[in-house]
Amino acid sequence: MEGWDPNTKSALTQIPLLSIKAGPRDGAAWTQRLKEEYKALIAYTGMNKSNDNDWFRISAANSEGTRWTGKCWYVHNLLKYEFDLQFDIPVTYPLTAPEIELPQLDGKTHKMYRGGKICLTVHFKPLWAKNCPRFGIAHALCLGLAPWLAAEIPILVDSGMIKHKDDSASSSES
Amino acid sequence: MDVELKEMLDDLQALKRSLPDPSHQASIDKLQVHVEHLTNLAQYAPARRSKVKDMSAEVVDSNPYSRLMALQRMGIVENYERIREFSVAIVGIGGVGSVAAEMLTRCGIGRLLLYDYDKVELANMNRLFFRPEQVGMTKTDAAVQTLSDINPDVVLESYTLNITTVQGFETFMSSLRKKTFRPKKEGSGVDLVLSCVDNYEARMVVNQACNELNQTWMESGVSEDAVSGHIQLLIPGETACFACAPPLVVASGVDERTLKREGVCAASLPTTMGVVAGLLVQNTLKFLLKFGHVSPYLGYNALKDYFPTMEMRPNPQCSNASCLERQKEYLLAKPARDAAAKAKMEAEALVVAECPIHVDNEWNISVVDDSELDRTDGRSSDALPEGLTHELPTADEFEKQPTPETTFNSVDDLDDLRRQLDALNAD
Repeated sequence: MEGWDPNTKSALTQIPLLSIKAGPRDGAAWTQRLKEEYKALIAYTGMNKSNDNDWFRISAANSEGTRWTGKCWYVHNLLKYEFDLQFDIPVTYPLTAPEIELPQLDGKTHKMYRGGKICLTVHFKPLWAKNCPRFGIAHALCLGLAPWLAAEIPILVDSGMIKHKDDSASSSES
Repeated sequence: MDVELKEMLDDLQALKRSLPDPSHQASIDKLQVHVEHLTNLAQYAPARRSKVKDMSAEVVDSNPYSRLMALQRMGIVENYERIREFSVAIVGIGGVGSVAAEMLTRCGIGRLLLYDYDKVELANMNRLFFRPEQVGMTKTDAAVQTLSDINPDVVLESYTLNITTVQGFETFMSSLRKKTFRPKKEGSGVDLVLSCVDNYEARMVVNQACNELNQTWMESGVSEDAVSGHIQLLIPGETACFACAPPLVVASGVDERTLKREGVCAASLPTTMGVVAGLLVQNTLKFLLKFGHVSPYLGYNALKDYFPTMEMRPNPQCSNASCLERQKEYLLAKPARDAAAKAKMEAEALVVAECPIHVDNEWNISVVDDSELDRTDGRSSDALPEGLTHELPTADEFEKQPTPETTFNSVDDLDDLRRQLDALNAD
């Protein structure tokens, strides 16, 4: 965990760890895991709100809890940039992490695989592997997506690749 | 078309003769040259060859298999034509998978199953196989289009799906089990699965499927910096599975700090991918047609032209439950394997004339069989040969799971939890 900022570190320590090693094909054990996922997500979301650092919404898109959709946002220069967020729980979960997708940014940055999957190889995958099965969706958002947004969104905004939603009118005037 | 062009030529000839004015002669000659050129081009217009019933060894220009059947006459392969009985599944039709598919198609493989969910893009054109006019097609469709033109004898099945999703995985598994091509085949419906995917998640999925089906498979990979690659043979229970140890990568051999990782996620070269596809299909042919030595692991370091090899035993503490089952089965089958090996040795001994290899043995040198010792020791992959490193760390040991009663807090109903999160999401 060297090199991580203190805020991420302290957030991470407060997200409950998971214990059940089960994926979507494991029947009842998956239901137990899903409960742990919810508890971690509830704790993390609650924590973000109380720290005035609310930055995502996520909920299961199907009853099996294998597909998740929501929103995430990042504030840069006092403007809020919001994106759709989605991912599938892979059959080999939790051995392999979910591949987090921001479909609206597909093709706008090199640090992304096809379909809008954000690149997690260097900063996140080793951590996930090391902490299997204790890390869950909440940890993937905290350690995978949050640093990615912090690194990429300012660059994308400054280079003009993405525009603020209120900005389209004003930019054409100037 | 041929006929039309011929008539046009004749007409031009007649026109030339009937025209009294010689000033048009030059332009008519020019027209004539163009028509002749068109006639030549027309000869190469796509004409699909018909299917071939039996592979012939006859050396004629029109036999697509003569050079392959020559492998038999040269004593390399005992029975080349067996290749038509084999089914190979290729997962990932990208820079490596598409080239591997073309190689197997040209070799006259019986049946190919192709899996990919992606589309062809212009960004793929730095690699082999796909053509610019195929941009926008699914990789599986584009591959079937090209491969069926190259060799209509091959049975092609394409599956446009993502095997890492729950639904995709079910389809993947059932397609591998299906035995319509060769109903009498033992085990699954395919002889070999080739993993040509570009990420760890998909490899773990192929590993899961093959462990469950007790299916031998080969792994292939090219590093993100495009200058190294590897192939690996995985026989469930017998060799390390993909989850037995963190994946190996060929070390770049240059100072890692000098490698730039910022900016892009992956580079690729047609050369490295072609080399790895070639190594993969070579190993496949040796495995299927039973010739030469089938490599358990072969790395390729392009910067130093270094090819490390190694063997990996399965990890008795592997995290994959199916892998542990296959390991148990493999151990149980040991007496049968020994008996078969002994019978084979005896059969060979009968052929070789019975005489001592060395008449005197002044130093009392004896040969000790140590292969079985290696097999039984639990060492899997801690000691790596030079030039190889692990890609990911192993999971830290963690305390035995505390009993559920102590960890579950007051709320332990999935619907309640879901409602709680929804409530948080609402404001």
